[in-house]
Amino acid sequence: MKKRQNYALALSTVVLVCCAALILGQKVNAAGEGKITGTVKLDGPAPHMRGIDMSKDPYCSKAHATDPGHLETYVASANGGLENVVLYIADWSGAATTSTAVPVFDQKNCMYTPHVLAMDVNETFKVQTSDQTAHNIHPLPNPMVNVGWNQSQPPGAPPIEKSWKAVEVIPVKCNIHPWMNGWFVVVKGPYATTDSNGAYTINGVPPGSYTVTAWQEAAGTQNQKVTVAAGGSATADFTFKAK
Amino acid sequence: MPTRLRKWSLLLGAAAFLMLPLASRAQLTTYDLNTRIGMESHVGNITGHAKDAKGDYRRYCVVCHGELGDGNGEVATWIDTPMYAKPRDFQLGVFKCRSTPTGTLPTDQDLFDTIARGLDRSNMPQWSTFTKQERADLVAWVKHYSPRWATEKPGTPITIPAEPEVTPERIKAGRDVFARVQCWKCHGVAGMANGPSASTLTDDLGRPIAPFNFTDGTRPKCGDTDRDIYRIFMTGLDGTPMPSFADNIKPDEAWDLVFYLRTFMSQKSKEKEMAKQLGLKPVDPNAPAGQQ
Repeated sequence: MKKRQNYALALSTVVLVCCAALILGQKVNAAGEGKITGTVKLDGPAPHMRGIDMSKDPYCSKAHATDPGHLETYVASANGGLENVVLYIADWSGAATTSTAVPVFDQKNCMYTPHVLAMDVNETFKVQTSDQTAHNIHPLPNPMVNVGWNQSQPPGAPPIEKSWKAVEVIPVKCNIHPWMNGWFVVVKGPYATTDSNGAYTINGVPPGSYTVTAWQEAAGTQNQKVTVAAGGSATADFTFKAK
Repeated sequence: MPTRLRKWSLLLGAAAFLMLPLASRAQLTTYDLNTRIGMESHVGNITGHAKDAKGDYRRYCVVCHGELGDGNGEVATWIDTPMYAKPRDFQLGVFKCRSTPTGTLPTDQDLFDTIARGLDRSNMPQWSTFTKQERADLVAWVKHYSPRWATEKPGTPITIPAEPEVTPERIKAGRDVFARVQCWKCHGVAGMANGPSASTLTDDLGRPIAPFNFTDGTRPKCGDTDRDIYRIFMTGLDGTPMPSFADNIKPDEAWDLVFYLRTFMSQKSKEKEMAKQLGLKPVDPNAPAGQQ
């Protein structure tokens, strides 16, 4: 019962915050958009990432002859910067992002580049292949939330353009190469993904108070409250512990 | 004191029991289902009504597909993958045999055909013993399990051009398609389900699944006419590793591939004889892409 009360409390907080953001957003629409920046770090040494045996497909093992493939659950730089963390505004109530750049998910050397692709709800993204071996691109959403599909991408296949209708973290796999796994992170509003140094910038944030969420595929999510001034820049740094 | 303790433990036990439904994964209740009991299906000029299928479902289907249509009927545990497919979870609204593109709902006719045809190499028999009206009612019943039909429309069925005449050239061209889109990765170069990726395949729910073996005399799950085979690889089998090849095989090439696949099958066929006369060899998996 307490759990339910907590839920009710959380829900009403979210609703209140949303309303507040809506009112705030309307007031300051004319003012310049700000941004949220920061760095995501990994606490302690990066866990060992197991190597991948690609001998099943000679094309793949040849592509990794000098640089053996390994899992990408945690990709950290020498100074602890954590890559592939998605940052978004949990209590976003504004319009959809108006970015003109189309997010691209590439199948390269039998791995997904990027390993994590973030996108807005209903934003068009592109799936392409750079490989000379056949892949099938198979996202596995919860059928109650988003509708999954499964399409082949043999060598030279044309890119596929798709979008997702609801917020969800969707695992992606290739059945032909069982080690290939990636993520589509569908969020509402502006988002950013950390680079190889763990740095990120969420652009196009109207002034107001927000909850920034950082999502890491294995370590989970963390939240932080920030206030963005008109045309200003707020900072939110995160530190994850490897699980 | 002991009576008090017993009272408390009884009370706690009862409370825990009442909380059980909250903890279970079930997203659907009979209440939800009753709100959708008005579901209809339209197959040809027959209109099926979900409410009329209740008796048939209870008698013939529930043992595998379960009371809530989630594929957890009482015998489901004893159906072992990958030898036999598990009963479908109707709540998800994801179906293998469709005439519609990947990621869309099947048409009522698709579900109707599956019930009549049954699924080879599974515990789903042919239900041709039902009248057409009963089958249409069951289609409506199957649909009432998934909320997807309330918000989505079935996809537009793919267009299948008229089947051309089989020629040796077409069979050879089909072999090129087979090599180009690399069907052999799972199905093997001779269609024996022994490709390099065959042993690691899993379905969308993570259960082991085997690719179709063209050579063992069994039938493809979604029908064994030439048009069925065409439809299978152009729409894909949703919920399984079999993707849609609609973007990468042109309609004319698709017929070539159908003819080439026929040469693997154990049944006697024109295609098999032609391949024999041509002396066709299986494709070389180690040849660079585009050079067979």
